[in-house]
Amino acid sequence: MKNDFRARNHPAWWAFLLHRLSGLALSLFLPFHFWALGQAFQGEARLDKLLVWTEQPLVKFAELGVILLLAAHLTGGLRLLALEFLPWRGWQKTLLAWAAGAALAAGLAFALAL
Amino acid sequence: MNGAGRGYAAVRVAAARPGAKSETWMWIAQRASAALLALCVLVHLATIIYAVRHGLSGEAILARTRGNGVGLAFYALYVLAIAVHAPIGLRSLLQEWLGWRSASLNWFMGAVALALFAFGLRAGWAVFAAPT
Amino acid sequence: MNMLQVSVWRGGGDGEYRSYEVPRQESQSVLDVVTYIQRNIDATLSYRFACRVGMCGACAMTVNGVARWTCRTHVAKVDQGGAIQIAPLANLPVVKDLVSDMREFFDKWARARGQFAPRATRKDAFARVASDSPGRLAADAGIECIGCGVCYASCDVVSWNPDYLGPAALNRAWTLVNDVRDGARRERLAAVAGDAGCHACHTHLSCSERCPKSIAPTASIAGLKRAVAIAAWKGEL
Repeated sequence: MKNDFRARNHPAWWAFLLHRLSGLALSLFLPFHFWALGQAFQGEARLDKLLVWTEQPLVKFAELGVILLLAAHLTGGLRLLALEFLPWRGWQKTLLAWAAGAALAAGLAFALAL
Repeated sequence: MNGAGRGYAAVRVAAARPGAKSETWMWIAQRASAALLALCVLVHLATIIYAVRHGLSGEAILARTRGNGVGLAFYALYVLAIAVHAPIGLRSLLQEWLGWRSASLNWFMGAVALALFAFGLRAGWAVFAAPT
Repeated sequence: MNMLQVSVWRGGGDGEYRSYEVPRQESQSVLDVVTYIQRNIDATLSYRFACRVGMCGACAMTVNGVARWTCRTHVAKVDQGGAIQIAPLANLPVVKDLVSDMREFFDKWARARGQFAPRATRKDAFARVASDSPGRLAADAGIECIGCGVCYASCDVVSWNPDYLGPAALNRAWTLVNDVRDGARRERLAAVAGDAGCHACHTHLSCSERCPKSIAPTASIAGLKRAVAIAAWKGEL
C-alpha cells in the first residue's frame, strides 16, 4: 500500500515540499542568473538592455517570485538546521511560523523597495 | 578496553553500510555549506534591496562592483558554497522522485557541481573584475 | 438506525475496497467497527489485534489515509460525513485484508543493531545510571516505543527508498547509543550510516506527527545524524 496526500497533510510536510521545490527552482534559475551577470563582459550598455527587459510586468513578477523562493529556502533551511542541531522538542511549529514570517517579510521588503 | 569483546557484545560486528562514509560526508558538506549560505543569502537579499533603491542601471551597478576585491572574494565563497550545496540536494531529489540510483548519478552531480562553480566564477569575474 | 458507511480493503496488494454498513454506537472505536464486520457481516475478514487498550501495537491500520491505532481511535474523531475508509498499513506488503507483513519492519530493527550489547557480564555489579543524566534522559524520550509501525507507515523516505531503516529502528538505535551499559556504540553508528540510514531522513516529521505515544523519532534521528557525523570526523566510521 502507498500513502496519498492525506498522510502528508501536516505543516512540516508542506514545509518540506516548499523547501524541496524552492531548491529545485533556484537551481534551475542559477544558470540564467550567471549568464545574465556574464553579460557584463560586454559592457554597461548590454547590461542596461537586460535590465530594460526585466522591467516588463511579467518578468518583474517572476523576479519577485525568485526572491520569495530564495527567502523561503533560506528560512526553511535555518529551520532545518535548528531541528537537526538544537534540542527542539515541542517548538517545531513555532519555528515553522518564524520561517514563514521571515520569508514573507523579505519578499515584502523587496516589493516595497521597487 | 571497553569490553566489546565479551559476552553478548561478541555478536558479529556489523559491516559498515554501503555509502556509510560518503553519505555522512555529503550530509556534513551540505549542512556546513547551508550555514555559510545562510550568511551569504542574507547579504545577497540586503544587496538586492539596496540596489533597487540606489539605481538599477548597468552603469550604477558596475560602478559599485568593478575592482571591488572584497566583493569578488565574497562572491567566490558564495559560488563555492552553492556548488557544494545545490548538487547534494538535487541528488536526493533525483534518487527519491525519479529513482535514479546508479553510479552515473554521482558522476552527473559532480559535473553539475563543477559547471556551477566554473560558470558562477565567470559571472563574478564579469561583474567584479577591474575594468581593463 | 444510524449507520456508518465503511470502506474496507479486501484481498492482497492487488485487492480493492468493499463497502459495509455498520450500526453507529456511542464511544465506538475503529477497531469495534472492524470487529463488528468480522463477527456479523463477513467472517472471512482478516485483521490483527490483541490488547484493545493501546499497549500492544498490533491493531495499527490506515484510517482515512492516516496510520493510527484503531483501538484508540474513536469513530467520532475520524468519520467524514458518516463514512470511514480502513486499509492496512502503508509501506509494507499486504498479507490479506487489513493485515500487513511486519517482517521487513522488524528486520530493520536488527539491521540498525537494535539489540542491546552489554559491556558487563553476570559476574559484574549492577550498573548505576543516574535518572537525570543526559544519556538516560535522551534514552527515556524514545524508550516507550511499542513497535506498532505507525511511524514507518507514515514515512515518505521509506516510500521513496525501501531500504531506509525507518523511524522506529533508528529511534531504537538512538536509545541504545545513549545507554551507558551498551558496548556496541561504534558498530551501531556504522550500522545506521549510509544511504539507507539516518542521513536519509528529510525531517518531514510525519513519524513524530503520527506517533500514538508522542515520541519524536525525528529528534532521535537528528541525534544519530550528529553522532555519526562526529564519528566520521574522528575517522571512527
